[in-house]
Amino acid sequence: MTRPVDLLIIGAGPAGMAAALAAAPSGISIVVLDDNPLPGGQIWRDGPNAQLPTVATEMRAQLQRYSNIHLHSGTKVVAIAGPKRLLLEDAERGWVLGYEKLILCTGARELLLPFPGWTLPGVTGAGGLQALIKSGVPVSGERIVIAGSGPLLLASAATAKKNGAEVVRIAEQAGRRAVSGFALGLWRWPNKAFQAVTLASGAYRLSAHVIEALGSDRLEAVRMQTGSRVEEIACDRLACGFSLVPNTELGSALGCEVRDRAIVVDEWQTTGLTDHYAAGECTGFGGSELALVEGKIAGLVAVGRQEEARAHWPERQRWQRFADRLNQAFTLDPALKTLATADTLVCRCEDVPYAELADHASWNSAKLNTRCGMGACQGRICATAAHTLFGWEPPRLRPPFSPARIATLACLDEPAA
Amino acid sequence: MLELSIDGQPLRVAQGTTVAAALTASGDHCSRTSVSGQRRAPLCGMGICQECRVTIDGLRRLACQTLCRDGMHVETRP
Ligand SMILES: Cc1cc2nc3c(=O)[nH]c(=O)nc-3n(C[C@H](O)[C@H](O)[C@H](O)COP(=O)(O)OP(=O)(O)OC[C@H]3O[C@@H](n4cnc5c(N)ncnc54)[C@H](O)[C@@H]3O)c2cc1C
Ligand code: FES
Repeated sequence: MTRPVDLLIIGAGPAGMAAALAAAPSGISIVVLDDNPLPGGQIWRDGPNAQLPTVATEMRAQLQRYSNIHLHSGTKVVAIAGPKRLLLEDAERGWVLGYEKLILCTGARELLLPFPGWTLPGVTGAGGLQALIKSGVPVSGERIVIAGSGPLLLASAATAKKNGAEVVRIAEQAGRRAVSGFALGLWRWPNKAFQAVTLASGAYRLSAHVIEALGSDRLEAVRMQTGSRVEEIACDRLACGFSLVPNTELGSALGCEVRDRAIVVDEWQTTGLTDHYAAGECTGFGGSELALVEGKIAGLVAVGRQEEARAHWPERQRWQRFADRLNQAFTLDPALKTLATADTLVCRCEDVPYAELADHASWNSAKLNTRCGMGACQGRICATAAHTLFGWEPPRLRPPFSPARIATLACLDEPAA
Repeated sequence: MLELSIDGQPLRVAQGTTVAAALTASGDHCSRTSVSGQRRAPLCGMGICQECRVTIDGLRRLACQTLCRDGMHVETRP
């Protein structure tokens, strides 16, 4: 049996990379794993249509320079294999990895809410479209409607435009207060692209949201509510996302406390669980700068350099204040909870419609009676949506956390390697 | 350039392209058929929703988190 790794970091976004680089000079053995094919997380997603900022390429180069950092891309966590042991899987193999300390940097995903037609091909998340474009999806010449909430809509619009799409509408559900400027400063986006999208194109609307995606086999148009007006817009793609929700599932399965949809940490980025830390957007939505400084603090604390970590507290506090204002500005309009109609599928894995869920009193009751959340995504989409729609507390994830091969699951009976 | 096949149809894509991106050059751009028979395409683009699951060389994989490789056989209607 090989020794457990000194420090395991889950997630290679800004937080995970910063944590690894802060801990590496101590010489301890570090493993960083991420389920994407390349490091970078959401904001620095790499691909044929992506242009990474210098800070991202530099951090990636530094990760490679440390011989004590091992990066496992394309690797996911399948289950907890015992105290401080996780079952992992990549394209070739499954294995159990033991660790002394763990930093959760699992980031955030988009909040996707059901509306009529959202299962049509051509409809994606807002950040989802950006991610797909960066990874090579061609959008040149396509008419795109971007809808939902938060600064991600503009980031996504900028990426779509840069790749030759015509962004015909950007519909922000929040009212005037949201774009009053200050809150958006948190986000690093190409300033020029941002202006092109918001000012020149005239496509940006406030207090606007999707009512329905229209089409038979594929998206053809979108019906939108803008203030009191209803309009129909012909388009090839609809990218719709309602801001971000932290990925807390793994933390919660390990026993970390989750409150207000985020993993709870103290000022040292420690969770309530000894030797388990968390940093970045899994502890709350806050943008890349906050993720970077939290990651750095977690990495330093994990190697016992508390004093150095403390020096970064003021920086973290500054970015946290921005994040708090951002979150207030984009509060969701309750009208969005009523977009789904009786036959709108809420659970896309098991095809369970809204009407079958609405009569239940809790997630568990709905799940047992309808199979909602029992499919491949394990409720990551529908349970998160149901939390917003019905106020139901999402369940704790059961292993396997995502579909895994039988051979991988068989490793649970073997000693750690 | 790499060459792969999607549902038997040959396709050339640039290095670094994900299978999810390659699907947009395939027949109906879709990745799977839902339990009630609807065709579905990648939704979240980031490994969460599982709508993009396809069969690659006999194994279930997420198209949005898998890079295209030369000679890959991708199936969306197993
Ligand atoms: C599409 C998109 C675009 C964005 N664009 C911007 C932007 O322009 N500006 C900005 O400030 N912010 C942006 N954000 C917000 C962004 O999430 C943060 O700014 C920043 O990326 C957060 O860093 P992080 O390290 O906390 O998490 P992330 O960057 O989300 O990284 C977490 C990583 O962990 C991986 N992971 C999660 N769980 C597991 C697991 N169980 N096993 C293996 N790997 C796992 C994820 O796949 C991901 O790669 C964007 C978010 C999204 C979703
Ligand atoms: S598109 Fe959602 S998991 Fe791939």
